[in-house]
Amino acid sequence: MAVLVLIPTPLQKFTADEASAEVEASSVNGLLQALEARYPGILGRLCDEGGKLRRFLNVYVNSEDIRFLQNQETPLQDGDEVSIVPAVAGG
Amino acid sequence: MTATLSCSTFTGLRCKECGHPYGAGAKHVCEDVCFGPLEVVYDYDVIKSRVTRATIEAGPVSIWRYREFLPIEGDPIDVGTGFTPLLKANRLAKRLGLKNLYIKNDGVNMPTLSFKDRVVSVALTRARELGFTTVSCASTGNLANSTAAIAAHAGLDCCVFIPSDLELGKVLGTLIYNPTLMAVKGNYDQVNRLCSEVANTYGWGFVNINLRPYYSEGSKTLGYEVIEQLGWQLPDHIVAPLASGSLFTKIRKGFDEFIKVGLVDEKPVRFSGAQAEGCSPIAQAFAEGRDFITPVKPNTIAKSIAIGNPADGPYAIDIANRTGGTIAAVNDDEIVAGIQLLAETEGVFTETAGGTTIAVLKKLVEQGKIDPSETTVAYITGNGLKTLEAVTAAVGEPLTIEPQLASFNAAWERAQSLHRAGKEPQA
Repeated sequence: MAVLVLIPTPLQKFTADEASAEVEASSVNGLLQALEARYPGILGRLCDEGGKLRRFLNVYVNSEDIRFLQNQETPLQDGDEVSIVPAVAGG
Repeated sequence: MTATLSCSTFTGLRCKECGHPYGAGAKHVCEDVCFGPLEVVYDYDVIKSRVTRATIEAGPVSIWRYREFLPIEGDPIDVGTGFTPLLKANRLAKRLGLKNLYIKNDGVNMPTLSFKDRVVSVALTRARELGFTTVSCASTGNLANSTAAIAAHAGLDCCVFIPSDLELGKVLGTLIYNPTLMAVKGNYDQVNRLCSEVANTYGWGFVNINLRPYYSEGSKTLGYEVIEQLGWQLPDHIVAPLASGSLFTKIRKGFDEFIKVGLVDEKPVRFSGAQAEGCSPIAQAFAEGRDFITPVKPNTIAKSIAIGNPADGPYAIDIANRTGGTIAAVNDDEIVAGIQLLAETEGVFTETAGGTTIAVLKKLVEQGKIDPSETTVAYITGNGLKTLEAVTAAVGEPLTIEPQLASFNAAWERAQSLHRAGKEPQA
């Protein structure tokens, strides 16, 4: 299942400056592994040692925060768009 | 680090989580290690050697009297931002059962009547220094007003993003400065995500994204001013609204810095935060003893503080816990009542965020969490004229009369009886 991943600027050094990537994955966890397979080293930035997404990273599937879905277990379908966004302050 | 920083007091950026150092560019996350937020690093020995109470008092009547504590290199964009009134709120204090209550009134901040003018003045000064010609932001309204206005003054191009359901005053109060205004069909958290994606590909200075380390420092001036206006003393307790949590942490940083350089004597200050029940992820986490935030989808009239995924939430919880403060939430009816209470007792018309703060202040007093004799400062961060919708149903209507004395007499009689009925306990 092909999903489109939007890569934030700080991670584009792993993707040869590409702002998006198409990968095969059936869940967010699978997507993280697929990214690592294609861009070695990126997983260590995205997740802590325990494989948990870092506290200051937000991940969205089709604009929905995965914390409103099934977190890293969230299933993915063909054509889904996944966005990785570092947390920002605002107001 | 660049040589041009030699006359400034800051030396670069550093990750607040892991301490990894970065240069003083347009960058807000720890991209080499952990994605934690970056903070400005200062040389406090240099600041201490340059600043005294007297040098500050001799400075401009704006946030720039504290410029040694702010991350800029050259001349600031000074639109008169800051040094807003600190009112001794005796009538409100009496109503609540307090003795030493102050209102820090940023509803009359310049140029756009909210505390956001502080952060934007700093962010756009730095944006200009870093060579940006277009500035932008994701906003719940006040930040859009401020970014558009100060960009106009500075001659910077401006494109700002807001949720499409904002109050009319906030929308018009941005459009008047003629920026490009994007009204996004979604809530603030969705606007913020979109802006992060835009920031990836457009070379703009987003005040609350890639300029965030500089932007957020502007809020420290709300700490400095209260110290100076209290006669160079710290208060005992502060109450402030919580949206992202950034303001709360920066007031604390402001207090700590003045202690560090010897401008004020150290003493404990309790920090209490206010949220609207319809968007209270920080208050919920605090109540449940969690140190992490579970995001929520906002549903409250307090749109200016409706951030469901607050980036600085964990830091706000930590400060409330460490200082013996609390974080509480109030419902929309209480927020409107808070707006009315502040207006009727002190002549200060605040927006929904201020109503939230006053309502939480009242709640904390009722719960015995504020000692009546404590010097307490409530931070009012925005102006009620921008959110008229929130109070329209509550304030009633004028008495419409004919231009004749008899008509007035009859109406006055009626007004008096209505007034008495309103003051007396209902049977």
